[in-house]
Amino acid sequence: MKVRLLDVAHARSGDKGDMANVGVIALKPEWYPLLVEQLTLARVKAHFAGSITGDVQRYELPNLKAINFLLQGALDGGGTMSLKMDAQGKVFSTAMLRLVLDVPDDRARALGLPPAP
Amino acid sequence: MSSSTVSPGAAAQRVVRVASGQGFWGDWLDAPRRQVEGGPVDYLMLDYLAEVTMSILQKQKERDPQMGYARDFIGAMESVLPAVVERGVKVIANAGGVNPVACAHAVLAVARKAGAAGKLRIGVVTGDDLLPRIDELIGSGHPLTHMETGEALSTVRDRVLSANAYIGSTPIVEALARGANVVVTGRSTDTALTMAPLRHEFGWAADDWDRLAAGIIAGHIIECGAQCSGGNCLYDWRNIPDLANIGYPIVEARADGTFSVTKHPGTGGRINVPSVTEQCVYEMGDPNSYITPDVVADFTTIHLEDDGADRVRVHGIKGRPATDKLKVSIAYRAGFKAVGTLVYSWPDALEKAQLADRILRERLDNMGLRFDKLLTEFVGVSSTHGPLTPQAGEAQEVQLRVGVRAEDRKAVERFTREIAPLVLNGPPSVTGFAGGRPKVEEIVAYWPALVDKTVVETRVEVLS
Repeated sequence: MKVRLLDVAHARSGDKGDMANVGVIALKPEWYPLLVEQLTLARVKAHFAGSITGDVQRYELPNLKAINFLLQGALDGGGTMSLKMDAQGKVFSTAMLRLVLDVPDDRARALGLPPAP
Repeated sequence: MSSSTVSPGAAAQRVVRVASGQGFWGDWLDAPRRQVEGGPVDYLMLDYLAEVTMSILQKQKERDPQMGYARDFIGAMESVLPAVVERGVKVIANAGGVNPVACAHAVLAVARKAGAAGKLRIGVVTGDDLLPRIDELIGSGHPLTHMETGEALSTVRDRVLSANAYIGSTPIVEALARGANVVVTGRSTDTALTMAPLRHEFGWAADDWDRLAAGIIAGHIIECGAQCSGGNCLYDWRNIPDLANIGYPIVEARADGTFSVTKHPGTGGRINVPSVTEQCVYEMGDPNSYITPDVVADFTTIHLEDDGADRVRVHGIKGRPATDKLKVSIAYRAGFKAVGTLVYSWPDALEKAQLADRILRERLDNMGLRFDKLLTEFVGVSSTHGPLTPQAGEAQEVQLRVGVRAEDRKAVERFTREIAPLVLNGPPSVTGFAGGRPKVEEIVAYWPALVDKTVVETRVEVLS
């Protein structure tokens, strides 16, 4: 079953120099293991491949049911240097939530995941 | 129990309230007053400084030696003065920028006008400003190497505008211990503004890593003002009540390092585990090591629990010993930039904007203008998510947004003259140029470095 990340997580992003960070947070605690499995470094790197020039780091925060991603080279130099509309990486959060997950049907039903429209 | 003794149980139950009244310079002018009038608070914490703010303030100080601080703070002080002098609310702010002493004198002037100057004791923290010491530091083996690129500062030395060490809680604690009821600092870390009063009130030792880390995380949660109390909150955003009347956050801390995040009753917004979690991960780097001058805090140890309406309990926080370095925020001149925009309407809005962009680029090219970067974005189509934007239906209107960056100011200036002509000599159905020619801006870039703690000496002066 296809599941939109938007329907199982919320997120906030910000900047550090030329780097954007995206914290992805499970909407329900029982959905966090799914995020840990699905939001691999490789998956997120591929998702942002056309949007950033650098590498990606990934950190898990199990207490907060969150994963933090650091996207390097995301902001055209960052801060005052950047010509981008989103010079401070404020909406990389929602760009992340465009990801669509592929979840086996029985697991999706057991977790009560909303199917993608 | 006699009233003159406090039982250990009562001491453990004692709560210190730190209210956030400003998340950045430019935040809601009413927030500080609303925080001191909406209910009991012990401290009002005001954060004014972002990475590039110091360089703006340095430029202001060069024009006028009495300037160089966040002027909004003076108005904020005026609005909270009755609470400070009549009810003993203390104020801690990094509004001093590159001129904390002038900032303190401006506050005293306002208090004098209100007949309250006798009741203010302003602690002024200085020593973070390393601009006058750069050559001395480089000469004595502190190259102030760029933390990300590894370049030595000497490569941009002649273009440096400001250099400030991020300083921690210790000088603020000293000012409070010396009886200050207002503390003005320069480049203190945002989080120290919240942690310092807790350290002062509870007597936390300088190596009580877990409690110091708790104070830092309390500071991180409220340093962006309403961003933890329902502002910019994606979770259930439609149903967050009464944002027009949003309550800014308050930390209610206890001696053991546990605390609650809440807001005044009757205010709008929402504080719950999701709203606080969103703020916890904001501008987060490696969550295992949130490095501050006071302590290395571990964000993976945070436990959050809903504890009634608009109240989140925070506990379990662990910290580790601080490093022997301070981060230094250096700003330097790095060329010029300008951004021009035009709006194209239906029909074929995107196609018209794309044609205008090609024409503009051809003209810039024909003039032989060279830019380090020329960036085109189509607002209303793909400017926020770029290549991740799906191909959707026809855009009803599109803003063409073109930015250039160059070392050469003349090239950027010439670019700004090329936008308006497109209205008459480019594609049709164009509007939105009433703002006039784009403004050329000097780029003040950010250079993060580390320096040994031992070379930075902070000083505390208490004015009254």
